[in-house]
Amino acid sequence: MTNAIEINCATGEVIERPLTAAELTQREADAKAALDAKAADDKAAADKEAKRQAVYAKLGLTADEIAALA
Amino acid sequence: MANTYTLIASNTVGSGGASSIDFTSIPSTYTDLLLKCSFRITSGGFNYATLTFNGSSSGYTARYVEGNGSAASSGTATNAVVLYNSSTSTTSTFASTDLYIPNYAGSNYKSVSVDTVTENNATSSYADLFAVLWSNSAAINQLTLTAGLVQYSTAYLYGIKNS
Repeated sequence: MTNAIEINCATGEVIERPLTAAELTQREADAKAALDAKAADDKAAADKEAKRQAVYAKLGLTADEIAALA
Repeated sequence: MANTYTLIASNTVGSGGASSIDFTSIPSTYTDLLLKCSFRITSGGFNYATLTFNGSSSGYTARYVEGNGSAASSGTATNAVVLYNSSTSTTSTFASTDLYIPNYAGSNYKSVSVDTVTENNATSSYADLFAVLWSNSAAINQLTLTAGLVQYSTAYLYGIKNS
């Protein structure tokens, strides 16, 4: 699946062509960057939740009390 | 207030699939652009097709809010903002996206609103809203979406005017 579809909006012409080497490289870099950014966000959210749970544990709150704070 | 919609161009991916859909020579005669996409890829996992304007891969910043069926989250992104369905989604279903670009032909930086959802007959499915800024003052005349798309994925580009 290494073909690009180009639609010329001025003429309506549709061209299907193979990706260039530069486009392939950029595509891989973009995909990796997106995955890295998403993983970083997910880790930050998990870390924040872990800290929140640690605070609850220190305070000795019951599950019902934690639910009441949410 | 924009009140007219004109179909500029559209494409349905053929049997060989496609790695990108590229709208070129977009006319500057409208006030706003609206892109409606229906995307699915062959491999597994939920992720995002990337959006580029005028062939430029830089200058994109985004913020998003997301629900995935079990939790809500928010975060930052660049230009990977269009969800697609994959082999982990229900068979023959496609993710749906609206991407709105006001003042696309102006000389200020460009903002983009993205409303994108996956479709899956299970608990895990994603709904995201993105606010994207492209820090570039050039008029947008090319719009490219990149992902390994399967047959029957579609993209419809509309121009919107206020008269």
